[in-house]
Amino acid sequence: MNPFLSQAATIQLALILPLMGGILVWILGERHRNLREAASLLTAICEFIVVASLTKDVLAGARPSVDFFEMLPGLYVTLTVEPLGQLFALIASGLWIVNTVYSIGYMRKNNEQNQTRFYICFTLAISSSVGIAFSGNILTLFVFYEILTLSTYPLVTHSGTVDAVRGGRIYLGVLMSTSIGFLFLAMLWTYNITGTLDFQNGGILGGQVHGAELGVLLFLFMFGIGKAAMMPAHRWLPAAMVAPTPVSALLHAVAVVKAGVFSVVKVIVYVFGIDLLVESSADDWLLFIAAFTIIAASIVALRQDNLKRRLAYSTISQLSYVILGAAILAPISIAGAAMHMAAHAFGKITLFFAAGSIYTAAHKTEVSQLDGIGKRMPYTMIAFSIGALSMIGLPPTAGFISKWYILSGALETSNALVILVIIGSTLLNAGYFLPIIYRAFFKEQKLRAKDEPYQKYDNHGESPWPVVAALCFTALGTIALFFFPDVPLALGQALVGD
Amino acid sequence: MLTSDPWLILLIVVPLMSAPVCVLIRNATAAWVVAMAVSWAVFAVSLKLLFKVLAQGEVIYRIGGWDAPWGIEYKLDILGAFVLIIVATVGAVVMPYAKKSVESEVPKERIYLFYTMLLLCLTGLLGIAVTGDAFNLFVFLEISSLSSYVLISLGRDRRALTAAYRYLIMGTIGATFYIIGVGLMYQMTGSLNIADLSTIMPAVADTRTVLAAMAFLTVGISLKLALFPLHTWLPNAYTFSPSVVTVFLAATATKVSLYILLRIFFTIFGEVDLFSTFPIQPILMSMALAAMFLASLSAIWQENIKRMMAYSSIAQIGYMVLGVALATESGLAGGIIHMFNHALIKGTAFMAIGAIIYSTGAVTLQDLEGIGKRMPLLMAAFIVAGLGLIGVPLTAGFISKWQLVTATLEADMWPLAALILLSSLFAVIYVWRIFEVAYLRQPAIGHKATKPLPLSMLIPTWALALASVYFGTHATFTIDLAHMAARQLMGGL
Repeated sequence: MNPFLSQAATIQLALILPLMGGILVWILGERHRNLREAASLLTAICEFIVVASLTKDVLAGARPSVDFFEMLPGLYVTLTVEPLGQLFALIASGLWIVNTVYSIGYMRKNNEQNQTRFYICFTLAISSSVGIAFSGNILTLFVFYEILTLSTYPLVTHSGTVDAVRGGRIYLGVLMSTSIGFLFLAMLWTYNITGTLDFQNGGILGGQVHGAELGVLLFLFMFGIGKAAMMPAHRWLPAAMVAPTPVSALLHAVAVVKAGVFSVVKVIVYVFGIDLLVESSADDWLLFIAAFTIIAASIVALRQDNLKRRLAYSTISQLSYVILGAAILAPISIAGAAMHMAAHAFGKITLFFAAGSIYTAAHKTEVSQLDGIGKRMPYTMIAFSIGALSMIGLPPTAGFISKWYILSGALETSNALVILVIIGSTLLNAGYFLPIIYRAFFKEQKLRAKDEPYQKYDNHGESPWPVVAALCFTALGTIALFFFPDVPLALGQALVGD
Repeated sequence: MLTSDPWLILLIVVPLMSAPVCVLIRNATAAWVVAMAVSWAVFAVSLKLLFKVLAQGEVIYRIGGWDAPWGIEYKLDILGAFVLIIVATVGAVVMPYAKKSVESEVPKERIYLFYTMLLLCLTGLLGIAVTGDAFNLFVFLEISSLSSYVLISLGRDRRALTAAYRYLIMGTIGATFYIIGVGLMYQMTGSLNIADLSTIMPAVADTRTVLAAMAFLTVGISLKLALFPLHTWLPNAYTFSPSVVTVFLAATATKVSLYILLRIFFTIFGEVDLFSTFPIQPILMSMALAAMFLASLSAIWQENIKRMMAYSSIAQIGYMVLGVALATESGLAGGIIHMFNHALIKGTAFMAIGAIIYSTGAVTLQDLEGIGKRMPLLMAAFIVAGLGLIGVPLTAGFISKWQLVTATLEADMWPLAALILLSSLFAVIYVWRIFEVAYLRQPAIGHKATKPLPLSMLIPTWALALASVYFGTHATFTIDLAHMAARQLMGGL
């Protein structure tokens, strides 16, 4: 229990605090850049403290809730804290601190333009992520989901180049059309059938929807949540890689994509209800699509030479692990799915931090340029290796635990397809990450004609210290989660336990 | 029996009489002061009347003390009060904005005439909302139409003249059709009072004369409403008229026309089972859908942003008519709430465009490169309006879409729901064309310097933008009001 504030006030503060930070950043502006960065960092730290102060109560079974305003007759924008949302909010706000440190180093070293706008949009994005995490009904989820899309758009197109504008179009086009076309319709349809939009234990659709209607509704929800990047609605994620690396790291490896899979899990557990889906087996196709996405995205990742694009496809594949874990419908695999949200967040943000670090110090973006870079940037590349191990799912990293749980669920339900997919994708993950590590540490740098423009940067060492500190921290976090997975696991189990 | 409420007649007489006052004083500033005072007084009275209507169901005034149906009766029900408040709000917000904008766009010696016409137009639109007499409605329709032809022709561009002329021709055909329809009804019923017509109509509904009246009325009002494919006058009229006129007409005139359509279908023919006797539903629906898709598509290709927003208006009219065509309480409520929400949204959009024209003289997309940096506050308001057009949550547009889609689902017409959502995606494209140009491009070298934007233009723009956010987050009042109006129209109150 927070000694200073009531639970309701704490929840409201968690939503509003980043916005206040954003206003502060705006007031300070480019003229007081040190103060501005300090304000960003301070906001992030406060936000994490506020969110974390709710953890204990949620684990103890409390579900604090607060109505913001009545948007439509009888329908409120409501924030309710439940285990999965708490986990997501913890991940997003916690990694925001690290990411802010990283951003400071990255943005300054690369002389990025419009840094004030960058930090403001970040605060908006975090605030809406927390809104999604704590959403008490589908309407609230939808509201913050759309704000998240819009507030990250300026970050994707930050550089303003032709590529950025094109990437931004795909980003907005895919996310908006899926959410307006499918998710909105699914929400209204649900409301029309059930007369409620609240997330409830055991779901709200049970006994009210049958047969084909159930299948169509599930389809609308699953593809309406485009942020989960399930194929074929995945194109926006590689397109978003034109953004500065801190954006790719926090938003397109953590906040935005996790908002997607979080919504998927939440809809499956709290709207449909596990029992309904088990009885009707309406979600069999979801399993196939998720499995297909895992394998197909990994194969595409194998062929990418651009490091960030390779990571993006890896993200697409890893996100579908979470969907897969939920779609298996075994309690243990759903807990695994929740755990995987945390595990992947730490691992993937480390990988992106490393990619950004390489770009900052060496101005290299392609995998084929990375020969021997491990000797110049040992911290970066060791952290990268740890992140990669977590993606593959090897101990002692967090990825091992979540995969273990998902696999247990598959074994429990004797689902041969899922077992095969997990094994196959592990091999593929190894296939596209291990060569990078090999290149970095064991290959000598060779001079090639096309690398000439980069030679002037060849005398590089590590990146600025904030960058290195951030990526070391998240790498250590990836390992720490292996040894101390208690909090995320407990939250994941609380999700299916009650 | 309700007693006459004199505010109802003052609401019309005061703006009507103040118009000639403006002519007499022949001074631009004084005329503006008069218009300003009148529009705010009208706003206050409209609010008062709205709450009175909510309290007692309807407010009436018998002109000359003659009882209906012999005398002319002014009668305000919930729908009328709702439309009244739309017109009055827009009028009150536009007036402070008008001063600077009109000074820069209209020749000085004609400014007092401009305000005269604006007041007449306001009178006409208010009159349509309050009158309970079909012929009197025609008079007000003509007052508002004739004054708007003049207003449009006052635009800077010489093409404003042909635009006004075109509107004059189309509008006159529309008004003539309306009066023919009223005449045919009078022939069969001997009455012009709307409430009276409504009671007599079932007895004569099967006659060919009434069928013809119905057709004339529908087509005539559809012309004024700019319902596809009778919309051709609208793009030029909106594009070339002075900015203030565009704001005012876009936010009010088409809404009031929709109000007339609702009155015809659901009050005059309210006792007749219109929608099952005549194939009105498929006709209206197909026109509405065509408007939603074709006009949105046209909007995407426009280079002039005023014209782009004009096509967007045609599409939005499609949404309103679609709601009406459902002929259910929810559907009507959807159409009615969208009248209000769209007035806020499009009012904001055209005000922002007017302010850009004031500061830079630019109206084409190309001239807007980098405008987001040069006029950040103003463009932010425009983006709020743009998000409203798309129907992003927290804006009023979301509420409209919510209500319309709910109505289609309740009526078991889910393909329509899908079509509404699909067509709203077009809005994403045209709004984003503007966004990209305004924010992601650098201003071309040698751009003309921007005139600083006066607060008298910025504040009204933001007032409407914030209103659209407020009514997008706290829609209980407007939704309930729309539902009540719809229920009253369907005869269930």
